[in-house]
Amino acid sequence: MDWMKILAVVAGIMMLFVLWPAYKHWSASSPKAEKGDWQAVLLPLAAVVGLVVLLIMSVR
Amino acid sequence: MNRYENVLADSDSQVVSSNKVLKNTYLLLSATLGFSALMAMVSMAIGAPPMAYLVAVIAAMVLGIFVLPRTANSTSGIGVIFLITGLLGFGLGSVLTMYLSLPNGPQIIGTAFAGTGIIFLGLSGYALSSKRDFSFMGGFLFAGMMVVVLAMIGNIFLQMPALSLAVSAGIILLMSGFILFDTSRIVNGGETNYIMATYGLYLSIFNIFISLLQILGIMSDE
Repeated sequence: MDWMKILAVVAGIMMLFVLWPAYKHWSASSPKAEKGDWQAVLLPLAAVVGLVVLLIMSVR
Repeated sequence: MNRYENVLADSDSQVVSSNKVLKNTYLLLSATLGFSALMAMVSMAIGAPPMAYLVAVIAAMVLGIFVLPRTANSTSGIGVIFLITGLLGFGLGSVLTMYLSLPNGPQIIGTAFAGTGIIFLGLSGYALSSKRDFSFMGGFLFAGMMVVVLAMIGNIFLQMPALSLAVSAGIILLMSGFILFDTSRIVNGGETNYIMATYGLYLSIFNIFISLLQILGIMSDE
């Protein structure tokens, strides 16, 4: 269905228009990461990756 | 009252205010998730076609961009957020109907549901207990979202399963980051509107669930 593809593309472009000002705002005004901050993020994200791998194994 | 006492009083009132926003956010989040589930059941019962998902997502997006920010400071904001989450739940119902037609569809749905719950509860608990300020991730998260949206637009034409899988994996990681980011903003007083806070957390949960469904659907070889 071509019109559904067009609709999805329009939605995606609309999303980009919303994300752009948010990106500009946060990249200009968010505080700089301090030592250990990224480590504190990567740890739970690694746990999420591990969980997703476990879930995949459980449905195979 | 001297300056020291003033600082203490300000700090106390901020903590009380943050706790109130957090409590209201979780109450509204559970109510909207319940309403979404109800709408998904309605959608499954009436057999909504697959295109209902796309239409519901676009309608919810329009409401979320243009209506919710204008009504979030009034009681009508609660009606708008129920409308948005109801629409998304209705759209989700048509996706669930599709998955239920697979031989191991119920298992995939159950696993994705459990996985989403564990991810949300685990990350929220981590953000709440660590009390770290994750607002430094803002620029990174929104840049990542733009890359993912561009990849999604590209894949509408390319139709590559590997890219679709990569996009879903990227969404799960980004939404996990958003849960940390949004929760820490509520705790640290960066977000004072519980309707907007609920909207952010709801979208993260919804996107994680949809992406997990897609990954598990592809990887289960069905």
